[in-house]
Formats: sequence, structure tokens, C-alpha cells
Amino acid sequence: MADYYLELKGISKSFPGVKALDKVSLSIRPGTVHALMGENGAGKSTLMKCLFGIYKMDEGEVRIDGKPVVINNPDEAMEMGVAMVHQELQPVLPRSVAENMYLGRFPTHNFGPIKVIDHKKMNEDTVHWLKQVGMDFDPRTPLSDLSIGQMQTIEIAKAVSRDAKVIIFDEPSSSLSEKEVDVLFGIMEDLRKKGVAMIYISHKMDEIKRISDDITIMRDGTYVGTWAAADMSTDDIIARMVGRELTNIYPAHDDHPSDVVLEVKNVTSIHEHSFQDCSFKVRKGEIVGFGGLVGAQRTELMEAIFGMRNIASGEIFINGQKVDTKNPRKAMDAGVGLITEDRRGNGILGCLSIKDNVGVSIYDKNLNAGFVLNHSKINKIVDDSIDQLSIKTPSMNEAIANLSGGNQQKVIIARWLANDPDILIMDEPTRGIDVGAKHEIYEIMVKLAQEGKAIIMISSEMAELLGMSDRIYVMCNGHIRGEITDQADMTQEKVMYYATQF
Amino acid sequence: MKAKSFNLKDFLINYGVILVMVILVIFTSIKSPNFLSSSNILNLLLNMSSRLVIALGIAGCVITAGCDLSAGRMIGLGGCIAGVLLQREDYAGRFFEGGKPMNLLLALCIVMLITAAFGAITGFFIAFLDVPPFISTLAMMEIVYGLNLIFTDATPLGGYVESYTNLATQGFLGIRWIIWIAIIIGVISWFIFNMTRHGKYMYAIGANPQAAEVAGVPVRTTLVLIYAKAAAFYGLAGFMLGAKSGGASVNLGLGYEMEAIAACTIGGVSVTGGRGKVSSAIIGVAVFELLKAALQFLGVNANAQWIALGIIIYIAISLDIRKYVAKK
Repeated sequence: MADYYLELKGISKSFPGVKALDKVSLSIRPGTVHALMGENGAGKSTLMKCLFGIYKMDEGEVRIDGKPVVINNPDEAMEMGVAMVHQELQPVLPRSVAENMYLGRFPTHNFGPIKVIDHKKMNEDTVHWLKQVGMDFDPRTPLSDLSIGQMQTIEIAKAVSRDAKVIIFDEPSSSLSEKEVDVLFGIMEDLRKKGVAMIYISHKMDEIKRISDDITIMRDGTYVGTWAAADMSTDDIIARMVGRELTNIYPAHDDHPSDVVLEVKNVTSIHEHSFQDCSFKVRKGEIVGFGGLVGAQRTELMEAIFGMRNIASGEIFINGQKVDTKNPRKAMDAGVGLITEDRRGNGILGCLSIKDNVGVSIYDKNLNAGFVLNHSKINKIVDDSIDQLSIKTPSMNEAIANLSGGNQQKVIIARWLANDPDILIMDEPTRGIDVGAKHEIYEIMVKLAQEGKAIIMISSEMAELLGMSDRIYVMCNGHIRGEITDQADMTQEKVMYYATQF
Repeated sequence: MKAKSFNLKDFLINYGVILVMVILVIFTSIKSPNFLSSSNILNLLLNMSSRLVIALGIAGCVITAGCDLSAGRMIGLGGCIAGVLLQREDYAGRFFEGGKPMNLLLALCIVMLITAAFGAITGFFIAFLDVPPFISTLAMMEIVYGLNLIFTDATPLGGYVESYTNLATQGFLGIRWIIWIAIIIGVISWFIFNMTRHGKYMYAIGANPQAAEVAGVPVRTTLVLIYAKAAAFYGLAGFMLGAKSGGASVNLGLGYEMEAIAACTIGGVSVTGGRGKVSSAIIGVAVFELLKAALQFLGVNANAQWIALGIIIYIAISLDIRKYVAKK
């Protein structure tokens, strides 16, 4: 094997309560594409952020071309020839291609006593670098006129223009068409010939096998191993990504699903890249898990059912009746509740009290004379739910923002329980919550199922998905790729297999 | 839980503005005993009543993290409509020649309905077409002013029937009618803010509009109602100001929207949304009017009073923001 150009050795990083990286190593040869793989939360992004100095690593060493280096921020990384093509690009959309290429390092020339931007040089240089990656745009085109794939090539051209020797591609193909992927791979082939070392992060097995030379697999913040891509089958990769011991911390539950309450038929988004042709059923008293990788469009599908997103075609039946959930209000009236993934963004009413946060969805049902709020009844409902869900707070008048994540989540659950839906959708119900509160939320879920509620749980945590679900649907790339009904079939490998059926 | 001990810093942050006011009132009344004379206090209260009605209208908008720049021009429109409907039959410069003055209550209803209709349009653009409140109310400000200019031909109105101007000079139980109006609007606002779902929805939208929608709040219709209700209040305030001054012109209420927004924020209606009470509007308006009167009594240059008002806004808002920033 040739010498390594970039070496990461024994890198560890802890966040309060979690060890995100535990002595992870990664070595990249020049002129190769090195695939970095792992489930959601395996630590790939954290490792890259440590490399770029966005996070400060607790221990470990970075070597470039054999020399140990310290990188404190992305600018320094760039100076050392390390560039990243982001998963979520952060371009300045209304400005031109050239301005985006040279943002922060505009070429200038003297105009009398003042320095002004040299637009001519900037545009000419942009054309030059774009040619290097086989593109010829007018450098004055606003970036917003370009497709995501074209924007990525601009990012690559930017990296090349700064003489990058290492380029990291963080899920570049997730929003690209097949043709655009071909273009991207063409550029990567060229870079390979020029001796650039590339790290390619993706979940798409066929692409990995097509483009990469080596594969490094991570799992739960640890380094699993590195292999030559040619020696690895898809099954090998999956087995190594998921091969963890499952400890059963989940409450035992013996659910007895009965009648179908929710049936979704061929629901398709108005957006091409979102959920497509999704059909599934949920029964009373059942916890149905939705697995998949981040970006599989599970959240989007559920938000559409709840009336937060538009549906181009397809039908939703609740208790056998076709419903049109065109806004959350209509969905609630039809008996659906949604606990969103982004608690801060669209869950809590931060500056309001616990009482107001629970009450907001039930004011309609607690009125005197048709318009005066029945405060004593609402107080009782809120008080009871604080007791039942053991929400830790001095009083119901405490602002929800002052509670811990777990208690905030319980308040949101209380909001929905007060509203008494038949179907409760819980999107990542335990994200960002400590272990104790997690367990309490699992117990609440089991209790609800036993009371006959239908529960849909989106979870990106494999153990939670397998431990809590009576049945699992797995989504990938907007499609439902598989349904696992038999408890014996509920394995990490099976979920991961369906989750990577792009 | 933590023991509650007296904390000077917290006390100042929470009650700083009120403290400054109390000191200013005491100081002014020592320097100039007339400050606390009954005629001056009555005058203060009369000034405060219309300002409070405006502030309570704007408070609803600010609580939803919006604002309303059209308030001043709506007041002008309300004042002028009330004016043309309530001129004496024998007044020489009568707007509608040969007509009869309208019933007082009917005229008030017409004024409030017309301004509310314009407010509903403002709200429609904000709620259904996602026009930012700043822009939507700015546009309505211009439209209402233009309509009022055309309507009145920019001619000042006067010659009101006595029953109308009596609202500012006579009263019930020793309290002038326009002060009664302010009290009633204060009670109604308190009721709406605290005892109806509309009020609770208003706070929810201000706290987090996305979360409110997910929780089933009818965000759009609530916003339209808030701006319509606010505009009805501006119309009422125009009606009150007309009664007090015995006349109206297109420039009635000019700049009052800024005073009202400032008063709300001084009193503790948070411009970031979700926070604010009826008492905040009352405190804010009181602080503003007391300050203006005190500076006048202390003989401060009338032009310099503007600077003092600006400084008070800076202090009040910086303190108010501290309440929420410091906790993080």
C-alpha cells in the first residue's frame, strides 16, 4: 500500500453524557476514494467536524503527509488543503457563481487609494476553475438558477481552486439525479488521477461499490475496521454496520392489535424528492415503528398525514372513512395527533406556561356558554397530567422553556393526551432526552397502546425501533421499502437492508 | 427549590421603569405642586384614555410578534368619519349639507366597523399572503390616509353636536365618559386576553407560530381577527379624540402608532412575541404620559422632551430584554 496522505489516529470526543467518538482512526491514501460508512449517529459527522476544527477533539492526532498538524477551524483546514463538499450546502443563493467561489477571498485591485473587487479577474478565474471540473457556466449566473448537483460542482471547483489535496464528500448524492451522480463520479475520477485523497460518506451501497477503493465502517462512535471495497459484499457491509449487542431496556409489552384505524393508500408528495406512493395500515392498540436513514422522508410523510404538507395524490382512511387532512386542525378533528421531531422548532410554546402548552389544543372543548374558557376544568386536566406523567415542575405556571428536555416532551405528550386522539404519531419521541426520562416515555407508549390507541413511532435509533415496535415499516428515499411483521424477523440487518434500498 | 431572597438587580430589572416614574412624579410634585392638582390629573387621565385604547389594540399585534403602523392613520379616519356623522344641523361648514346628525352610538358603530374592515384587510395580507406585518400595515397606513384625504378633501371638521363633545366634559359617577370608555375597553381586553380561546391563541402564535399550528391553533383566522379588532380600537380612539378636541382633521392621530408601540414595550409587551398583559399597556401608557407631563412641568425645553422619550424607550427595552436573555 502506498503511504497515507491523511491520517486520523485514536480520535476521541465526548459530549456531556455521551462518548461520541472512542479512539477512531482513519487513513486515506492519495489518489483514492475512501468510503466512510455507518448508521445514523455512528459518529461520521462528528469525526469530520473534529478534522475541521469545528469540534475540538479530546484526544487523538491528525497527520497530513506524515506531519502532525493541529487544525483549529475550517479556514485553517482549507489552508492545509482539506476541503469539504457539504451535505447541506450553504451558498449565498442570490449572488453569482463567481462571488460564491471567491466569497471571503475576493481578488482586489487598486482604484486610486482604495481597494475594489476585481470582477474581471474573479470571473475569468472562475471560468478557469470550472473548466478543471468539466463545467462551463457563465460566472455571473445567480447561484439560485443552478441545480443542487451543479452547486456541488461549484463547491468542488472551489476546493480545486484552493489546491485541496483532501476532499470530503458528505452525502453528496442524496439529492442528485442519476445523471448528476454520473457527472460527479466523472469529476471524482479526474481528481483521483490528480492524486487527491477523497473521503466519501454515503449510504448508497451501489455507489460505494462503484466509486470507492477502501471502506471504513464506524458504529456507535467506534472504529469497526477498514477493508478493500472489492472484497466486501453489501451484506458484509450491513453486518458490520449494525453488529451490536442489543440490551433490552424496553418495557415488556403484549399488545393486542385489533381493527385497522388508519389506512394510508399510495400517498405521494407534491415534491419529486419527497415521499412517493406510500401505503400502510395501523391497528388499534399497536405500536408501529418507522425505520430508515435520516432523509428517508419519514417525517415528511407523517407531517403530510397530519396536514402540515401537501399531498399530490393518494388517500387516507381513518376508521374506514376517507378523510381530507388538509391542515392540522382537520387532522386533529379526525383523531390524529403528532408529536414533532423538532421540539423547539414546532413543539413547545417556549415562553408560555405548562398550562398554556397543554391547554392550547383543548380550549375548544372546555368553554362555558360557548366562549368563556373554563379555567377550573383546564387546571384539573393539566394538574392530572402533571401527576400521571410525573412531570417535574414547581407548578403548572412554570414556563416550559425552564424544564428539561424530557419534561418538555412529557408536556407535549400531555397536550395530546388531553386531546385524546385515536392515532398518535411520535416522531423521534426520545431524541435529546436522558435515559431515565426515555424509559418513562416508553412506559407511557406501552400504556397508551394497551388502552387501545394506535401509535406510530418514527425512530432512527435501531435499538428503540426494534425494542418498542409491534411491527416495522422501513423507508428509503421516499418509498416504503419493507414491512417487518414477525418479531423473529426484526433484526438490525433486515432494517438496514430495507433502509438502503435506494 | 431555591429560597427567594431579595435581589436588587432582579428588582431593578423588573420594576426599574416604574421606580423611575415614581421618583419622577414625587420630584415633579415637590418642585411644582400644581402637578398633582385635580385639573392636571384629570387632563392626564383624559389624554391617557385614548392612548390606552390604541395601545390595547396594538398590544394584540405586538404579542403575535407583529406591529401596526397603520394605527395613526386609522385614528384619523375614525375621527373624520365620526366628525362628518356628528356635526350640528345648523353648522355652516357642514360636510353633508342639509343632513341631520346621527345617533351617537350608531355613528360609533359605523366608525368601528369601517376601520375594522380595513384592519381585516391588513390581517388578510399578513395571515393568508404572508406579507410581513411591518409592510402590510405600512401599505394600509398609506391607503387609509389617501382615502381620508379624498373623503374629507383635507378640510378640517368641526361644529359637533353637544352630545358628542359632552363625552369629554361630562361623566357618570364623577368620571368622564371617555375615561369610562377606556376602562370598559381595558376590561374587555383583559377578558379577551385571559378568558377566551382567541386570547390564548394570540399568545401561542406569538410564542411559536409553527408549534401553534401543529397544536391545532387556527393561526390565520386568529391573525385576521387580531388586526381587525385592533383597527376597531383605533377607530374608537379617533372617535374619542374628536370628542375631546371638538374637531378632527386628516392628521389626527399622526405618529400615535409609534407612541403606542413604545408604550406597550415600556410596559412589558415583548416585541419578540408571546408576552404581554393588559396591565403592561396601562403601565406603558401611564409612564409615557406622566413623563411627558412631568417634563413639561419641570420646564424642560419642549423639543428636548423627545430626546427624553427616546432614552426612556432604550432603557425600558434593554431592561425588558434582560429578563429573558439573562435566564439562559
